[in-house]
Amino acid sequence: MDWFKSLSNVLYVDLTRKTYWVESREDLFSKWLGGIGVATQLYKEEVPKNADPLSSENTIIFAVGPLTGVYPLASKTVAVFKSPLNNYFSESHAGGRSALAIRFAGYGAIVIRGSSDRPVYVVVEDEKVRFRDASVLWGMRSTETVGRILREVTPGSGHRAIMRIGRAGENLVRYASVVTETYRHFGRLGLGAVFGAKKLKALIIVGRKGLSIPDIPTYRAVYDEVYNLAVKSPAMKKYHDLGTAANILVLNSIKALPTRNFSSGTFEGAEEISGEKLAETVLARRVACAGCPTACIHIAALREPYPEEPYFYKIKFISYDHEPLYSLATNLGVSSREGFLKLLDAVEEEGLDAISTGVILAWATEAYLNGLITEKELLTKLSWGDYESYIKVVRNIVRQPNDFYKTMALGVEEVAKKYGGLEYAMAFNKVEPAGYHTGPLYVISLLIGSRHSHLDSGAYSMDQELLATKKPLPTPQEAVERIIEEESWRQVLTSLVVCLFARGIYKPEVVEKCFKPLKREVSVEDLKRLGREILIEKQKIKFSEGFNPLNIRIPKRVLETPTPHGVISEDYVREALNYFNLMINISLKLKG
Amino acid sequence: MLACSRRFGVVGHSKSAIWVRSAGGFERGFTLVVCRACRDPPCARVCPTKALKLREGGGVILEPTKCIGCGLCREACDIGAVMWDYEFGKPVICVHCGLCVNYCPHSVLSLEEVV
Repeated sequence: MDWFKSLSNVLYVDLTRKTYWVESREDLFSKWLGGIGVATQLYKEEVPKNADPLSSENTIIFAVGPLTGVYPLASKTVAVFKSPLNNYFSESHAGGRSALAIRFAGYGAIVIRGSSDRPVYVVVEDEKVRFRDASVLWGMRSTETVGRILREVTPGSGHRAIMRIGRAGENLVRYASVVTETYRHFGRLGLGAVFGAKKLKALIIVGRKGLSIPDIPTYRAVYDEVYNLAVKSPAMKKYHDLGTAANILVLNSIKALPTRNFSSGTFEGAEEISGEKLAETVLARRVACAGCPTACIHIAALREPYPEEPYFYKIKFISYDHEPLYSLATNLGVSSREGFLKLLDAVEEEGLDAISTGVILAWATEAYLNGLITEKELLTKLSWGDYESYIKVVRNIVRQPNDFYKTMALGVEEVAKKYGGLEYAMAFNKVEPAGYHTGPLYVISLLIGSRHSHLDSGAYSMDQELLATKKPLPTPQEAVERIIEEESWRQVLTSLVVCLFARGIYKPEVVEKCFKPLKREVSVEDLKRLGREILIEKQKIKFSEGFNPLNIRIPKRVLETPTPHGVISEDYVREALNYFNLMINISLKLKG
Repeated sequence: MLACSRRFGVVGHSKSAIWVRSAGGFERGFTLVVCRACRDPPCARVCPTKALKLREGGGVILEPTKCIGCGLCREACDIGAVMWDYEFGKPVICVHCGLCVNYCPHSVLSLEEVV
């Protein structure tokens, strides 16, 4: 298959009518590369402005890009959809085998429209698509079991991705995730609930095809160059050795590790749940996404006795990294490794986003301790570190036995609006934050980022760099400029699509070189311009859906707890928001 | 798998003579299936057109023009080391060139001299 022709193939799957077709969208892939660039345009075509995210009007778009499968670490899939958590255009990324499976099945994007009248799972095997009854899988306790069954009844071992939801997605928890290959997640912003609303239990993609590219000798040379950068780079070694869990002690030492619902930047139990200690005591295996030589996925073994009988054990394998360590350990005061792993396992079984779940558990603990909610609502007591109670709450968020839990399933912003404690309900545009309390640039980035994610611009590392180099804070305007510049470049990376962990390898000049064997002229300037354009396109959609940076709530807590840069000034943040608003509005006007 | 396909200048898995699959989901880690270079290979014995010739040092060499794509060799290999080229409808046979070894950063694969 010609690399560009097959990349331009968009597979449309209509769940309402149980039908599918392929359209060649060379128009989109030649202008917008792939990944987020193309998915944003498809979203504009597919999702009406006032669409209810949980109705059949919402469309899910999975997209890969020109470098997917072609170069090392180009191993990620971009998912775009309207979020049921905050009602805006949103995106979430995952690896596993999803990207290579889509690419080698012969597609650049898969568009999932409509909704099924009964539970289904969809199997894409190269050019064939089958709709299969998922009634027997619906309501099953663990996403891991669902994965095992689907492995046994579908073809393509070693060439496939098995994306599935848990009961959280079925029950429309607004921060339910989609799990792929057991350990990778389209975690943020509730894609799992969108699957659930469509009665789509799983999407399996088998890709066995090969791509032909025009200049093979150059390709081999450039491949080797990138490969050597990847396997020799100290940055990639960090991801392989301890993984992102290495951040726990680093952040703790600079007092930027969110603890007990962001009430402190240090955690006295950090040592116990540090990447170092986990690697020494429970690390069982490291694995990689397809197409990546790094292997950053760290998997712990948890040996659990059966409650009834002596000497009977089960061993569970649970993958950990920095974000769940923050959200389900430090931010909940859990310092027991076993307790953390058990809680994470429950979150994974149910198919919840670990970050959002941890943040909502932290709010619930504080609200309970302050008397805003009682055992009557919670159906349990709660205290910091009590992981067994947290597991009960997790199960109830999914089961939703009362009004309180029905509201918990809507996210921390909604539940705090109803029960109080909004000042410590940690959410930015309704999105629960990742595990950093590094300073003002990070907070600004969460407020203005196109998906309100730490990875939009990685501004936590801008804060850390300022600290390390002892530089003063930039003006709010400069802060916004820096954040937008970085976020713009990341639009290019996520259009290619490469893993953001490889951002240090895929510098503009390297990306330019990667296109040479594909016989496609792309200059560094073109790429940078495109990045800015994609970002404006995304912001434009969000503004049209009602997003207004001037009305956005800043949780009081984040302005009270000192960061390594001291207490964050609200004026500084508001000034940045004003400037951002002005900038985007001017860009939109210029674009007409 | 990607390196092996790249031998032919193809991006993907379609020309790969080795196969990496999970050993029961990612939670059980991975299994790497690669030709063991049998001295008396069953795949060659079952080939009706003698398209698989014994290779010096073990294993087989495919003569694609003789191959009729019946797939008996695939069934004969209990470890599943005879891969399939779906584009051409013929087997992909490991030639023990060792290219994959150069792209295995974690030293899982190695090339050994046969005595």
